[in-house]
Amino acid sequence: MAVSAPETNRVDLGGVSVEVTERGRGRPVLFLHPGHPAGRVDPNARVLELLAENARVIAPTHPGFGMDQAPRHLTTVDDLAYLYLDLMEAMALRDCAVVGVSLGGWIAAEIAVKTTERISRLVLANSVGIKPGDRETRDIADIFAMTDKQLGEIAYADPAKMMPNTKTLPESDLVMMARSREATGRYAWTPFMHNPKLKQRLNRIRIPTLVLWGEADRIAKPDYGQALAAAIPGARFNTITGAGHFPHLEQPEAFARSVSEFLQETGR
Amino acid sequence: MRVFQFTEQPYPDAWNDHNGSLRVNLPNRKLDPKHAADLFERYYDEWQLADELGLDIMLNEHHATATCMSAAVVVGMSVLARITKRARLLVLGYPIANRPDPLRAAEELAMIDVISRGRLEMGFVRGVPQEVPIANMNPVFQSDRFWEAHDFIMKALTSHDEPFNWESENFNYRHVNVWPRCYQQPHPPVWSTTGSTQTAIKLGGYGYVMATLGTGYDTRRLYDAYRKGYTQKFGTAAPADRFGYLGFVAIGHTEAEARRRGELIATYPRSSAIVFAPFRNPPGYLSMEDNVRMLKGEGKPRSYTKDGRVIEMAKGSVQDLIDAGVLFCGTPDQVYDQIKDFVGHCGGMGNLLMMGHAGPMSHEDTVENLTIFAKEVYPRLKELRQPDPIAIAAE
Repeated sequence: MAVSAPETNRVDLGGVSVEVTERGRGRPVLFLHPGHPAGRVDPNARVLELLAENARVIAPTHPGFGMDQAPRHLTTVDDLAYLYLDLMEAMALRDCAVVGVSLGGWIAAEIAVKTTERISRLVLANSVGIKPGDRETRDIADIFAMTDKQLGEIAYADPAKMMPNTKTLPESDLVMMARSREATGRYAWTPFMHNPKLKQRLNRIRIPTLVLWGEADRIAKPDYGQALAAAIPGARFNTITGAGHFPHLEQPEAFARSVSEFLQETGR
Repeated sequence: MRVFQFTEQPYPDAWNDHNGSLRVNLPNRKLDPKHAADLFERYYDEWQLADELGLDIMLNEHHATATCMSAAVVVGMSVLARITKRARLLVLGYPIANRPDPLRAAEELAMIDVISRGRLEMGFVRGVPQEVPIANMNPVFQSDRFWEAHDFIMKALTSHDEPFNWESENFNYRHVNVWPRCYQQPHPPVWSTTGSTQTAIKLGGYGYVMATLGTGYDTRRLYDAYRKGYTQKFGTAAPADRFGYLGFVAIGHTEAEARRRGELIATYPRSSAIVFAPFRNPPGYLSMEDNVRMLKGEGKPRSYTKDGRVIEMAKGSVQDLIDAGVLFCGTPDQVYDQIKDFVGHCGGMGNLLMMGHAGPMSHEDTVENLTIFAKEVYPRLKELRQPDPIAIAAE
């Protein structure tokens, strides 16, 4: 069955105008995109098309990513979590599955520890947000302290295939990339890619949760994912082969299949 | 014109074995503390000489680098407050957006001003990008934090009747009350630096002294932006003493001697840029346009010669640096003529921040460089007639 074309609109949330792409019909899936070196998900991305075969996919662009300026007061992932609680309320979503990748997974976890009133399933893919190791362990690679080439090599299972040639990309794509990098710094510079309070709060999540991990990820390695899953009561942990930190881009079929199977198996 | 002697107090012995980065990630094992002590001893002797020669003094700070051992500018200033007699003591600068505690900064500055009996000049700077990974304060909000720290420090230094409260997202204090208060009232002169015309307009509105570094024959654009902001605020033309310029100086009795010293001074721009590239681009520090240029693999133009040629400071020859007005080099007559010409380009420039020592320049060379300059060039610069600010503002 052909999936309807994506529609991108703007939603006003208390004075913050958020770009939101919608695709497909059915129960809602809120898809939260990662940060640098990926970023905003293209409305025509394969992963959204696949997820939309069984669901109404709602994919906002975090303020500061894409072409949107972030308002000055949005400075933390916590702020984004409240923004998307507002979005779910504004769209009157119920029984929503929240799927987040990397930075998006962190936002999803921050939403879920506040309230799961509108959420029934949670998927955290290669999600950052906690600090499992001790103070001298660098749990998450310092993505701002390496070249683009070095970053590509730890971000992807197949860097040669996934890394864009920035010397030939159109200017608009380069602007988007530069904006993604800046916005990631905005929300995640320090404490680096995590909230020291989040790990203790994860036990508040009592909805079925899947922690999904591109097994070639060397930004946050699979044992980081296992530590994340262990902190959430009853969470499952699955890996995706042939994918690194951004499985939704590198293996969109396997990613969408894992999400859909999890939603079906948990009776949704 | 006033002249401030400046050196970064380098540790050049580590410059030959750095694996592509002299900053942030160069292991400190490459520094021998006993040799560092010898270098500091020498550098402080040279500051004292500058004081005796009638020069003023400028100090800065950088972190985790073999290019500059001054990691805490107030430490050096504290020493100089006691061992010098007359020189003005310019901190340029204090990277206040990278410090979590601006109250501490205000207290340090006030103490130095009192101990030196009012010789402090306080420069607040945003700092170069490679300072960000060390400070680890969010670079995206650095500019906001800079101006808030500035507002706070100025209020802290000028409030004398009762403690005040300051509670914001960046800084939280409930009892601000700086003891001792500044010797100079209402506060020591304020300086800052910039490479952006927008900031220059803002600095003009404050009337602070604005300094630029390495801007060569592109300096006028920034000065004119400052002039605009100054005139808008004060209704009069900005005098030459509102402008500072960091220029390298290599002087000799003969041109050959001067050129030899010029090569030594040129080790500063050649080493200063050696840093692992990602540390120079923390998110939010450079503009979107600069980032896009870098993604395309294009470099950033640096300095301009009088005839519009672009010079990359890190690679330019001594002659290139002279042509760009970055280095003043030659016999006393030549150096005077070069500076005079540059002042003309600027439409007035009243403070030369003279890098009179750099890299592996020996103590003997440094003493000669400072002494010849102070005795044979400085007196003429003091007499140099600056362009008429009103005529310049009207241009």
